[in-house]
Amino acid sequence: MNVESPVRVEDKLYYNRYLVDIGHPHVKVRAHTTPSPQLLALLKACPARCYELNDNGQVEITVDGCIECGTCRVIAEPTGDIEWSHPRGGYGVQFKFG
Amino acid sequence: MIEERFDAIVVGAGMAGNAAALTMAKRGMKVLQLERGEYPGSKNVQGAILYADMLEKLIPEFREEAPLERHVIEQRFWMMDDRSHVGMHYRSDEFNEERPNRYTIIRAQFDKWFSSKVREAGATLLCETTVTELVRDERERIVGVRTDRRDGEIHADVVVLAEGVNGLLGTRAGLRARPRPDNVALAVKEMHFLPRETIEARFNLKGDEGVVIEAAGTISRGMTGMGFIYANKECISLGIGCLVADFQRTGQTPYGLLDQFKSHPSVAPLVAGTEVKEYSAHLIPEGGYKSIPQLYGEGWVVVGDAAQLNNAIHREGSNLAMTSGRIAAEAIGLVKSRGEPMSAANLSIYKKMLDDSFVIKDLKKYKDLPPLMHTQSQNFFLTYPQLISKAMQNFVRVDGTPKAEKEKATLKSFVKARSWAGLFGDACRFARAWR
Repeated sequence: MNVESPVRVEDKLYYNRYLVDIGHPHVKVRAHTTPSPQLLALLKACPARCYELNDNGQVEITVDGCIECGTCRVIAEPTGDIEWSHPRGGYGVQFKFG
Repeated sequence: MIEERFDAIVVGAGMAGNAAALTMAKRGMKVLQLERGEYPGSKNVQGAILYADMLEKLIPEFREEAPLERHVIEQRFWMMDDRSHVGMHYRSDEFNEERPNRYTIIRAQFDKWFSSKVREAGATLLCETTVTELVRDERERIVGVRTDRRDGEIHADVVVLAEGVNGLLGTRAGLRARPRPDNVALAVKEMHFLPRETIEARFNLKGDEGVVIEAAGTISRGMTGMGFIYANKECISLGIGCLVADFQRTGQTPYGLLDQFKSHPSVAPLVAGTEVKEYSAHLIPEGGYKSIPQLYGEGWVVVGDAAQLNNAIHREGSNLAMTSGRIAAEAIGLVKSRGEPMSAANLSIYKKMLDDSFVIKDLKKYKDLPPLMHTQSQNFFLTYPQLISKAMQNFVRVDGTPKAEKEKATLKSFVKARSWAGLFGDACRFARAWR
């Protein structure tokens, strides 16, 4: 049974410290009209809920809250749906505890 | 290009990278270590348990200096259904020994300290530096790295890839495959803060004693996965992880799973009233022996999580990372001391040494377990926990039903759920994979 989670991931991400590299997203979604099953899987599998559907039904990413786990890379890089890199040196999430 | 030439470049300042850099620097080698985070540990996530023996081989006096949380005196295994858990607890005062065997740690703090020892030994550390590419010469040998700094090409005799489970360099260069969804688990974790007296009261501890709880069952909703609760000094690490392929297949959300685990009646009292200060996620290599890639080549070696060196059954990872980093560094040191080139043929000694260590021996022992757990996940993580919970309740609840009838009902529920052949087959498959 898949219940839409009432958990607010935004609240969880708020605990974390980020250095956002404005204008340099480290993950990009390939332009598409209809999302592939792999892209759609990211809507649920991304632990920071970075992936969302826009009004046209396409998958978009906002990398600001990314915790750099690589789950989306494992799922959607092989199909070419996304391009994955690490953030530039010093940017991105900075764990205090890890 | 940075003109200075190094004996070795280590990519990453986690457990494997620090162990490798420390070992080589101690041998007087000129080592450059590159880390993409603001400081060592800022990108690293682990539960985390530290096994003393593997660190002791690198830094014998670590107990006096390292930021350790609690030494573990009690291990709990919980098999959970939605409202209960069947537990096995092992607690022994023998773990209150002079040189305790394992500790809980906080990785960001521990890695910072570990890295300070690496620099004391003479290695050069460059943080906030993402390595973007491996550099090859005309004969396709790895001769250095390219970074995202200006003039960021740096040369060395050998590159140690300690870039973690999600390392891009090795896969981009075609040295190993990208991790597959059925070979890696995604774990999410929260850090829950509480006064230390409260933690000690809740977990039945005194002083720096610690407890770890590993939990499996319906909390992963039929997916291959586990939850964990580790008591630190002033906080509790609480997390849950499942195979990425299972998340992909089921559409379950990692944070949904985490919050349900947190609100389970067996867990909720342990974290009631805490202040959460961090939410993290990390991949864990779960493929075991069969997923280990090529470990060395012309001018390079790969260590730790990047090489899928993780024993998922015993939840050992960072000690395998430290050990493989140390052994790789010793192998490199051996080649260097002979004055020979860092060729694949010469570096193959790393694999021989690793094969002789507990790292590969342990992974080989469990080579068949990861696929078994994966294909049988519904049984191992849903059906059996429910059956066992019911059986336990049937056993302890007194309601006037004769015991013989109760036992019959319990047995019947097992046979109904799995059939005689299924039960027998599961037991055989499990025994064979464990052997």
